[in-house]
Amino acid sequence: MQRSYELMFIVRPDLPEEDLEKLISTLQNHATSAGATVQNTDKWGKRRLAYDVKKFQDGQYVLFTLTADGKAIHELERRLRVTEPVLKFITVRTDEEHQRLEKIKKLRASRVKRPPAEAAAAAEGEGAPATA
Amino acid sequence: MADEVQEASTPAAPRPAGRPDRPDRGPGGPGGREGGRKFFRRKKVCKFCVEKIDDINYKDVRLLQQFVAERGKIVPRRLTGVCTPHQRQLTAAIKRARNIALLPFAAR
Repeated sequence: MQRSYELMFIVRPDLPEEDLEKLISTLQNHATSAGATVQNTDKWGKRRLAYDVKKFQDGQYVLFTLTADGKAIHELERRLRVTEPVLKFITVRTDEEHQRLEKIKKLRASRVKRPPAEAAAAAEGEGAPATA
Repeated sequence: MADEVQEASTPAAPRPAGRPDRPDRGPGGPGGREGGRKFFRRKKVCKFCVEKIDDINYKDVRLLQQFVAERGKIVPRRLTGVCTPHQRQLTAAIKRARNIALLPFAAR
């Protein structure tokens, strides 16, 4: 069962840029060999941590967006656990959330079209920026 | 809470400090009355319903930060006016953000 996930991990701040690149590409390779497809890789760069992790105050955040099945995620998590420069990681399943959002979007679109009274009420809040 | 009562009875009481999480600018409430003799409490509205924020994401630290107190606690619904379903999503998002060190469990 292929599902969409987000995998975020924190790499120690003193790891040089090229090593980070290497780490990311090896992890991507591991992911693909485990049966996952990495759709997007996002480097957030160095960020202050909200609390100390292994005596580090900063960390380099990396975010993977991928589709995989549970086994692949399990394998990836195991890899991350044994990879030394990785301080912390979190995996979030996103397919249900995406579905929910799409449903809301559809509902909203249909509601604005049909009943004029409700459409007027819906338009009231539209002036504010919807994105955060 | 005691300050709820106090807020309502004290004329033109300034908003208590250390609670910056209150979404002040909700449309629909009677605004601009605060200079009057009696303190007029505006009806709190859910920020997520008003601004139509569907996705309460754990990565959006800026958004989540409005709903945690200085010490890192999640601010209760009765103070922020967030509706129940959104508060539930918010709580989950804040807890995820804490897990990945985007938000503190306890500050200082």
